[in-house]
Amino acid sequence: MSILVNKNTRLLVQGLTGKNGTFHTEKALEYGTHVVGGVTPGKGGSQHLKLPVFDTVAEAVQNTGANASVIYVPAPIAADSILEAIYAGLELVVCITEGIPVLDMLKVRRVLDAQTGAKRTRLIGPNCPGIITPGECKIGIMPGYIHKAGHIGVVSRSGTLTYEGVHQLSQLGLGQSTCVGIGGDPIKGMDFVDVLELFERDPDTHAVLMMGEIGGSSEEDAAAYIQKHMTKKVAAFIAGQTAPPGRRMGHAGAIIAGGKGTAKDKIAALQAAGIAVAQTPAELGSTLAAIL
Amino acid sequence: MNIHEYQAKELLQKKGLPVPMGRAALSVEEAEQAAEWVRQQSGQPVVVVKAQIHAGGRGKGGGVKVTKTPEDTSAAIRKLYGMQLVTHQTGPDGKKVRRLLLEQGVDIAKEFYAAVVLDRKLGRLVLMVSTEGGMDIEEVAAHSPEKIFKAVIDPMVGFAPYQARQVAFALGLKAAGMAVVNNACTFFQTMVRAYLELDCSLFEVNPLVLTKQGQLIALDAKLNFDDNALYRHPEVEALRDTDEEEQAEIEAKKYDLSYVKLTGNIGCMVNGAGLAMSTMDIIRFYGSMPANFLDVGGGATAEKVTAAFKIITADPAVRGIFINIFGGIMKCDTIAQGVITAVKEVGLKVPLVVRLEGTNVELGKQILSESGLNVTAASDMADGAKKIVALAGQTAA
Repeated sequence: MSILVNKNTRLLVQGLTGKNGTFHTEKALEYGTHVVGGVTPGKGGSQHLKLPVFDTVAEAVQNTGANASVIYVPAPIAADSILEAIYAGLELVVCITEGIPVLDMLKVRRVLDAQTGAKRTRLIGPNCPGIITPGECKIGIMPGYIHKAGHIGVVSRSGTLTYEGVHQLSQLGLGQSTCVGIGGDPIKGMDFVDVLELFERDPDTHAVLMMGEIGGSSEEDAAAYIQKHMTKKVAAFIAGQTAPPGRRMGHAGAIIAGGKGTAKDKIAALQAAGIAVAQTPAELGSTLAAIL
Repeated sequence: MNIHEYQAKELLQKKGLPVPMGRAALSVEEAEQAAEWVRQQSGQPVVVVKAQIHAGGRGKGGGVKVTKTPEDTSAAIRKLYGMQLVTHQTGPDGKKVRRLLLEQGVDIAKEFYAAVVLDRKLGRLVLMVSTEGGMDIEEVAAHSPEKIFKAVIDPMVGFAPYQARQVAFALGLKAAGMAVVNNACTFFQTMVRAYLELDCSLFEVNPLVLTKQGQLIALDAKLNFDDNALYRHPEVEALRDTDEEEQAEIEAKKYDLSYVKLTGNIGCMVNGAGLAMSTMDIIRFYGSMPANFLDVGGGATAEKVTAAFKIITADPAVRGIFINIFGGIMKCDTIAQGVITAVKEVGLKVPLVVRLEGTNVELGKQILSESGLNVTAASDMADGAKKIVALAGQTAA
């Protein structure tokens, strides 16, 4: 078991024929991800990496039975690609693209919020490394080989810091059920709480490593959720204790604004909820190991 | 991206928002002429001289002078122009005033606060107003949250007229008559429209003034822009004042590097924003402070690494450098090659600790150890942080 993706995931690549789409799809295929096709407007009917290419997502879904897509298109058209994927009825959309304007994402968010009923699209990202269920399905730009199948759920706002956490876990012999990079943007799809809910319900996930950072209040919301609803143990880390206020630290969402969103506040909220917080990024794995 | 108050007011005036009549100046002479122009146009003796820097708290810091005679105005211009203005947002050194705004005086009856902000939790824009004009909104939120009113904007519907009326009534403007309420509605709707049309990330009017003549006017205006959307706003990009930005940050941008200058003395080069912040944190944990945030990005090339290395070494405060890379897509041997090229090009006067992990890590380590360069290898993040703090400490002493 796992969350969101597994060996039955049938993946579509939006922007398959581009440089990033090509590179990362090759890696995903090597890893064993079941990629069923790609979408590049204008290139429908052709083949790329021996995969069928379609002009629209709807057409691709109809012909391939895809249930998930990953987006590697440039930022100015990425929000449109997300909308196209939502309206084509895909269950999961993973947007890797960094640099999407906030106003574009506000519209996407509004569409996601308006979904009702059982058939809903879940969005991961944008500006994220993607999602992986080790040994089954890799969607995104993370290096596959550092992962190991197991029972620790991983959720993070970062890319390489996630790899660091996963690597530390794997070194300690702690495999992962699923690793989700929710992305570094202020307006995004799934947040910590959404992913934690799924990990709580997944019988194969025994504990969770969560990596947050400065900006916003997602970590505080997660702390409240964990305290109220989670039976599984969670270890956490917050990046940006030394970040100055008012400056964006690489990620569009990593900013302390109006005195809010500091690492100190987030760590305090997590600790008050009884969550083990790693003191340094060198102790991500050991902090999780200590609570098992 | 930030712009100056006078630039914001020029943009907003074009959008139809009432602002005081004024003119900007880049020198003392220009300022004298602008003051004279304002005096003639307004027919009033009062001229307000406002220092233009990219920081809040200018009034409290002494950067705004209300003058009533040409002599006073002239003295204020000479005092403000070229001064190092210190506010709670500039840091102790302050910022040099290179631009002034000369404005007409306004007869203030009441002051309010109005802003369009992004509510990350709701995933919506919010129009936020308060009766406490001129005050720091964070303070109002902390001490008297009942004085703040919000309207959540639905991106599908837009900011509806009823919402504008709601906040106008909440501010008690009805006491000044329905004409003022209607003016306020137009004012707020113009604010929201301007925010959307310009891809702002913050739009604050503080204070929003009700004049004794019953007019609503943006006495101050602060506009910040979404960097991700600048590609579709060349008119905004053209307002960039590079005097207000760190030279190293401008240089970093050329290479698509994400760099923020900090006050410590350990230079860091890291791939990925989260790992870069964490690296700063672990340097502090082991007793020193980072000189910068630097994310070379996920797909950095040897050229980018070289450029990043040059930027770090150009900072005179740097006493040691810590390179922390988790190679995923980016291969460790590429990083190692980039570091060697950079060191050969610019030299190495301070200790360098390199921690490599991930794709092609053994090859990367081998390249570094065979290079003959004075590079200290670290086995993990903690080891690297400890080593650079110790080595940099020796250099400082």
